Amino acid sequence: MPEHAAFGDLSAAAARHLPILADARRRAWRDLGVAALLAALVVAGLWRVDFGFARMLAGLTKFGEILWRMLPPTPDTMSRFLFYLHALLETLGLALMGTLTAAVIAFPLGLLAARTVTGSGILHVILHRLFDIIRGIDRFVWALIFVRVVGLGPFAGALAIAVSNVGAFGKLFSETFEAGDPRPVEGVLSTGGTKAMAVRFAMIPQVFPVILSQVLYYFESDTRSATVIGIVGAGGIGLVLYEEIRTLEWQHVACLIVMILITVAAIDALSGFVRRSFIGSEPRDPPRD
Amino acid sequence: MGSAVNLLPASQLEPLKRGYARAVSAKRMRSLLFLACLAVAVLGAAEVTEINPALLWAHRWDLLDYFNRCLTLDSGERVWAHPFGHDGWLWNLPTWLSLLLETIVMSYVGTLLGGAVGFVLCFVASANLTASPWLRGGARRLLEFLRTVPDLVFALIFVEAFGLGPLPGVLALALHSTGALGKLFYELVENIDMKPVEGVRAAGGGRLAAVRFAVLPQVMAGFASYLILRFEINVREAAVLGYVGAGGIGYKLVEAIRKFYYSDVSAIVVLVIITVFAIEMGTGVLRRRLIGTEARA
Repeated sequence: MPEHAAFGDLSAAAARHLPILADARRRAWRDLGVAALLAALVVAGLWRVDFGFARMLAGLTKFGEILWRMLPPTPDTMSRFLFYLHALLETLGLALMGTLTAAVIAFPLGLLAARTVTGSGILHVILHRLFDIIRGIDRFVWALIFVRVVGLGPFAGALAIAVSNVGAFGKLFSETFEAGDPRPVEGVLSTGGTKAMAVRFAMIPQVFPVILSQVLYYFESDTRSATVIGIVGAGGIGLVLYEEIRTLEWQHVACLIVMILITVAAIDALSGFVRRSFIGSEPRDPPRD
Repeated sequence: MGSAVNLLPASQLEPLKRGYARAVSAKRMRSLLFLACLAVAVLGAAEVTEINPALLWAHRWDLLDYFNRCLTLDSGERVWAHPFGHDGWLWNLPTWLSLLLETIVMSYVGTLLGGAVGFVLCFVASANLTASPWLRGGARRLLEFLRTVPDLVFALIFVEAFGLGPLPGVLALALHSTGALGKLFYELVENIDMKPVEGVRAAGGGRLAAVRFAVLPQVMAGFASYLILRFEINVREAAVLGYVGAGGIGYKLVEAIRKFYYSDVSAIVVLVIITVFAIEMGTGVLRRRLIGTEARA
């Protein structure tokens, strides 16, 4: 084959570059081995979760039927639509109260936990372990606990979101403070300013945009989780959604899902607007939800 | 020697001062407006979410009492004083460990299945590889939809369709992961160097060959890193899916909380925290190694 003439001395070339080719070949085998191992684990995992073709087929048929019954999405009556809207407002309220309360509580805690501010390593370690424990307990568990303490309803949900956010904000804020440039602080101190003045005039102007951006990001993500926290009885649209699914009112379910999608998109747009008008076009963190 | 600071004559200084004052007051106005909007929103939110600090204050000891009871066995001992044995803190350890394993398996399978679908969709959704705006827009809207619907909602619907158990949980995780990973993947693909792609196309390679030999080598390490990160997130998510009957340890936790098995609550929470922590350590090592190989390649 003339068009492959360039490969005529392929074997000779291979012989000349034996070590390089051997290395490439070894890497190819290793990649293949890793891929095979990952795939085998998936197969074993599917077996562990009772995956079967008969079950998949039956389930998918039923799922198709559910999708068909969702059409068209409708709340059926105006009064139910208003009830949904109220639940949606409750969800937004949960997210706002949870995020803001947490930010207000976590701000001084973050300052105390920052080594560059207090100069205390012990405080840093203790507070960071506390943040770790708070974050380690899922917000649904917090919600279940607060339902026990203050009763069913949105207050329990707001408390749960606030507490779990304190863990996250405390860590983020203290890291932000520590990453701040120390030179403005030194400047304020060297001209006779107090430590409090250094925080106010040298530290806060530096970290404010970063912290605002983090709070906005958590507000978006809290809106998403506030839509489902009602499943454990902690208020918001999640409880309504749960009940409509259990009573198999699929058209209502579809309506609720559409309302949630619109709300989440609107909140993303709103927080994008606030972000742009206060911070400029800051690149955002990769979404972790 | 005069003063080291040169002062502008007043005629030039005045407009500058006025401009400064205007800029500052505009910024203040905007901040005040924002704060006013925020205050209204907070008042409305407090009203609608029935915020009641007095209620919390009245029950403040209940909260501490709850933690206290969670750390006490029925016999009155502290949980750490008597961890093992049939009446100890970890009396049900084999069941819990097997459910934890199920949780990890669910998140592993869900992540990889979602990653596989997201992998296929990301090339369709990226602007530099797919010219047709319809195809690209469709893929993006689909990923957006999957990402926005919480996995608990998918799980609730799948529990109705597939029955109780880990399978609906896996499917819910897979769908949500498809949306989340697909977006991260196509953002990586859109940021690649296009010269290798042009090289493959110029040498007569097809679209698939270009993806295989020009795109993949640039993005594979990033993809793997995001997959590992997603796995870590999904372990947390899978621990929650049991609340709605979609498998994993969550079901036992909700049962313990609802039925007042106090010491079981703390045991399961501690086990989940240890598991999540161990997985984060492991994936952290893996991710650092991946980033290392990327830097060397």
